[in-house]
Amino acid sequence: MAEFWTVDFVPLTAASLAALACALVGNLLILTRRAMAADALSHSVVPGVVVAVALTGLTGSVVVLAGGLVAAFAASGLVAFLTRVGRVEPGAALGIVFTSFFAFGILMLEWTGLSHTGFDIHHVVTGYLEGLIWVTGDGGENLSLFQKLATLPQVVTELALVLVLVSAILFAFRKELALLAFDPVFARATGLPVGLLEAALLTATALACTAAFKSVGVVLAVAMIVCPPATARLLTTRLSQQFALSAVIALGSVLVGYVAAVAGPGLFGSPLALNAAGTIGATAGLALVAAAALRARA
Amino acid sequence: MLARTPPDAMPVAARTHVRDRLVVEGLSVSYRGVPALIDVTWSAPATGLTAIVGPNGAGKSTLIKAILGLVPSTGRITVGGRPFDEARDITAYVPQRASVDWDFPATALDVVLQGMVRETGWFRAYGKARRDRALSLLDRVGLADLSGRQIGQMSGGQQQRVFLARGLARDARILFLDEPLAGVDAASERIILDVFDALERDGRLVICVHHDLGTVAERFRDVLVLNKKVIAAGPTGEAFTPQVLARAYGVPLAV
Repeated sequence: MAEFWTVDFVPLTAASLAALACALVGNLLILTRRAMAADALSHSVVPGVVVAVALTGLTGSVVVLAGGLVAAFAASGLVAFLTRVGRVEPGAALGIVFTSFFAFGILMLEWTGLSHTGFDIHHVVTGYLEGLIWVTGDGGENLSLFQKLATLPQVVTELALVLVLVSAILFAFRKELALLAFDPVFARATGLPVGLLEAALLTATALACTAAFKSVGVVLAVAMIVCPPATARLLTTRLSQQFALSAVIALGSVLVGYVAAVAGPGLFGSPLALNAAGTIGATAGLALVAAAALRARA
Repeated sequence: MLARTPPDAMPVAARTHVRDRLVVEGLSVSYRGVPALIDVTWSAPATGLTAIVGPNGAGKSTLIKAILGLVPSTGRITVGGRPFDEARDITAYVPQRASVDWDFPATALDVVLQGMVRETGWFRAYGKARRDRALSLLDRVGLADLSGRQIGQMSGGQQQRVFLARGLARDARILFLDEPLAGVDAASERIILDVFDALERDGRLVICVHHDLGTVAERFRDVLVLNKKVIAAGPTGEAFTPQVLARAYGVPLAV
């Protein structure tokens, strides 16, 4: 049990917070058939974060999130420019922007030397859940609970903050975002500031992607934006239920995927552990397949 | 089932601004260099049912969208002399049914409530009173018992009535409808036309893009015949003539 607090508690918490934030925004992106845009966005935030960290020399949450936000707005602005002015086909525009931003991010990682400081490409892709150890999680009996919590790795507070922000944006504009997702033309005709609402949704998505990629990696961010909402979408015809179900599925995937990563190889006599971000993503994917199969039989 | 709103329940906006006419002046729209509307000048009637007719590609839907500011245009659109945007709250738009994804996780009641998103205001929930009003609007279009049904599980005519109810929820003085009678069953058509009549009696203006030339004269008091330019406009008896239609459609048509 002691080992749980030191080794497993923080990775599980971080993955859960990231999965929740990603899954919640994913609901609206799935409904507007913009899952691919979310994929693109999650890769596009990388150069923003790298440049922000390199420029300021700080790795604080605010710097990281601001960098991610700027890159997200730049990327979606560029996509809009390419499709409207350049008349590039939307799918191609997404592909161009997403790959070039991500490639630029990797270049910047190497060039700035950040890749040697625990911010390497491997972690960008698959995350660094296993490295999130809570030194005083076990022991440190002379510390109060509050003091112990203060020693939690920074990613936990960062992800918690992002989850609160994302939930606040989605809840505050729940009526308007639902209408915008269903019928953007009516939303505009009715006088809603559609551009501002789009920006709010983009902000929520960028925050979730940025916070997620730093701790759990781009792969898991994409899996969590797409899979739990898409699974929930198959199981209900009510928007509020879809949001709730997607959160439950995201948390379930984290739990099952994490246990599989830690204990799974042992079942086959291997002393190694799997990459938790990978198994969590795979679990979410399997849940989607199971839901699709259930619906196909019904 | 189709209880009419009694006159004293009529909103103040509907009674006091009867003279606020919708006027379109020199409106032009082009899609990527191809003109869709050319120098359209039209003064809408104050009230009543108006049809916008014309051949495919005449710019009928585009005219409605341009008035509502949904497509870029040049020209002036005013209501009672003020820019259209200032009068937006007294207008409602009922888009074409095919413009949305009906698989969306929403019930008929959810969709009708969307029409009240502005009056509800930011951050607030719709609340019980608006839900009740939405239910009575569904009753008005004959869908009271389907309020909780997912919108994809409804017939085309029922979906069109849900869209109409959402438009009615705006409690607007000027309603713009894009092909509200296209592809609907006879029962739905009857109900929609009854609602139109009630709106006309209430002193509201209903502007409809309409495709069925055979029914224009019996259903609409005024008409705008369009083929990128205004071909004719006015009371149906005067403006909806074989000569006008021949000019609009390029071939002689019997009315």
